[in-house]
Amino acid sequence: MMPVPLQHFLFFAAALFVIGVYGALVRRNIIGILLSIELIVNAVNVNLVAFSRSTSLAPETGQIFALFIIAMAAAAVAVGLAIVLALFRIRKTIFTDQIDLLKG
Amino acid sequence: MDTRFPSEKAYPFDSESSVGMKTEKIFSMQTLDQIFIIAKKIILGVTGHFLPDWACLLTSILISISAIAVLGPFTMMYLTLLERKVIGRMQNRIGPNRVGKWGLLQPFADGIKMLTKEDIVPLEADKVIHFLAPLFIVMPALLVFAVIPFGRNMTAVDLNVGLLFFIAVSSTTTIAIFMASWSSRNKFSLLGGMRSAAQMISYEIPMVLSVVPVIMMAGSLSTNSIVEAQSRWHGLKWFVFTPWGFLGFIIFFLCAVAECNRSPFDLPEGESEIVAGFHTEYSGMKFALFYMAEFMNSFTLSGLAVTLFLGGWQGPFLPSWIWFFLKTYALIFVMIWFRGTLPRVRVDQLMGLAWKFLLPLTLANLLVTGFWYFTSRPVRIAGSMVLLALAFWILTKLNRDVVPEKRVYHFAE
Amino acid sequence: MGISLIAGVATVTLPNIFHATLSLVAALLGIAGIYLILHAEFLAVIQVLLYVGAVVTLIIFAIMLTEGISNKTIAQRNKLGPAAVGGAVVFLAALWGVIRSTPWPIQGGTSENSYATLASLAGSLLGDYIFPFEVISVILIAVLIGAIVIAKKDSV
Repeated sequence: MMPVPLQHFLFFAAALFVIGVYGALVRRNIIGILLSIELIVNAVNVNLVAFSRSTSLAPETGQIFALFIIAMAAAAVAVGLAIVLALFRIRKTIFTDQIDLLKG
Repeated sequence: MDTRFPSEKAYPFDSESSVGMKTEKIFSMQTLDQIFIIAKKIILGVTGHFLPDWACLLTSILISISAIAVLGPFTMMYLTLLERKVIGRMQNRIGPNRVGKWGLLQPFADGIKMLTKEDIVPLEADKVIHFLAPLFIVMPALLVFAVIPFGRNMTAVDLNVGLLFFIAVSSTTTIAIFMASWSSRNKFSLLGGMRSAAQMISYEIPMVLSVVPVIMMAGSLSTNSIVEAQSRWHGLKWFVFTPWGFLGFIIFFLCAVAECNRSPFDLPEGESEIVAGFHTEYSGMKFALFYMAEFMNSFTLSGLAVTLFLGGWQGPFLPSWIWFFLKTYALIFVMIWFRGTLPRVRVDQLMGLAWKFLLPLTLANLLVTGFWYFTSRPVRIAGSMVLLALAFWILTKLNRDVVPEKRVYHFAE
Repeated sequence: MGISLIAGVATVTLPNIFHATLSLVAALLGIAGIYLILHAEFLAVIQVLLYVGAVVTLIIFAIMLTEGISNKTIAQRNKLGPAAVGGAVVFLAALWGVIRSTPWPIQGGTSENSYATLASLAGSLLGDYIFPFEVISVILIAVLIGAIVIAKKDSV
């Protein structure tokens, strides 16, 4: 089987990253923003694994970084959702433009 | 991906168990043992004459897939019959006995009935997701069949991460349950879905951790090598005969019962509380698909328990696949026995059991196994003793009887 | 790859947050497939186990706890839409140019020793990378406690 060239993975990851950034910018819902952040994180992971396959480093390096990132993303989501729940209990909304307590 | 096929692997000749047997007998045993593999080889040999190589590969894959695709639903159909028969006997009834001899054709009658029923979709339902949910619940249930070793050389795909694959794929069932419960727009469905998700997440953690001692002992994640690691003592050196293996087996089995939402952990679909839980709004064949997924899950989880702890297809005298199915059906019988015997637990009892009892127990089990296998003798005995004492103390502290506050009935008195 | 991208677009554009989450699942499964292409089986399985099994379940739980069953009428996007599309396209074009113009090493993982096996992965995880590994576990415990404290009912 012919190996897929590195550039394809990079293009894919770049596109996914940009989609995630777009989502994080335009979503009003905090959970929606969290979803977009997941996309961004995954794009980075794909990049790391693809790089580690095609450079002279040990092949494990990229995968282990990706593992750490997955763990951190899971932690971020857990804390983020806890904050969302607390916020919803206090303010009864999870839309970012309605949470303007600090606005003068 | 690992693309080896069972038929390509050499038959590992088991010299230990065949000492003293006559050659002819060994041969017949061997044939019986490998009967499915030989059948597949014959088919491939016939097709190989007039098909190119890639088509042969495709045929080989197709044969494996179709074997599984037939086995899954067939197992499910007869599990329903078995369950009804056994439960009936336990409740002093006879069970289905009208369709065919001993009710053997009952599953087919049920299937036809299901197919002819009206397919009702609630008006307010999210149509697409309501339609997709039954498919997504059957898919993982069928996928996990791929890594179960049904017999010697009879694993469809011998992944080197087979065990993790099983756990990962079966954890996606939660999503399908969420889809079903959310799209039905029904409060009973939603309640059932929430309960189910809470339960499955809670019980997945002790289940995965209870497997880790087995991985330590076998030194591999591939289901095939785990079975191979239990092959000594004429195929009777099962992991369940070690203390940690025994504890792990008990915990794993309890978690498996909870994972496939069976009684006494059937809160997600407790009939007397929330109608039918997440599949309240399903009828006809879609409902049957949910049932199919549930029964196939109980089959595959029993199969995995057999693979990990009860030596898989290892066993003296009988062909390997007969051993596998015997052990699996024994475990399924225990599941049915649970249903016939135990009342449903409360939600707080369910969560307490997972988080306060099973989880600390698995952690202690894991640490003791680690001490035993990777340290020297005095250290391991001392370490294990200290750990066991600590675990006992923690468990008793955590699981004290909760004395409920005296309830005040404001309006009733 | 295409499936992942389409599902990604669906994730950020679908008005219904539950549908968006389900398309995130599709995107994540596609990425697990990409890990398989890259011979990172362990990572693919972990992706399914952690993301699809745990993270998405958490998110759906939060959705069910915070929103009514159906609220298709509320706008899910803010007014940044056009600007964000513009910025995203520019950024993508820039990345595209960089990827095109950089001379990547072409050696590619064709040789057998460039596959990370399970054992070598475990070896480096508990060997070279033991310190980050421990730090991660400390962080996870901190997160566990923190999330419970934040989400607890009487903490505010």
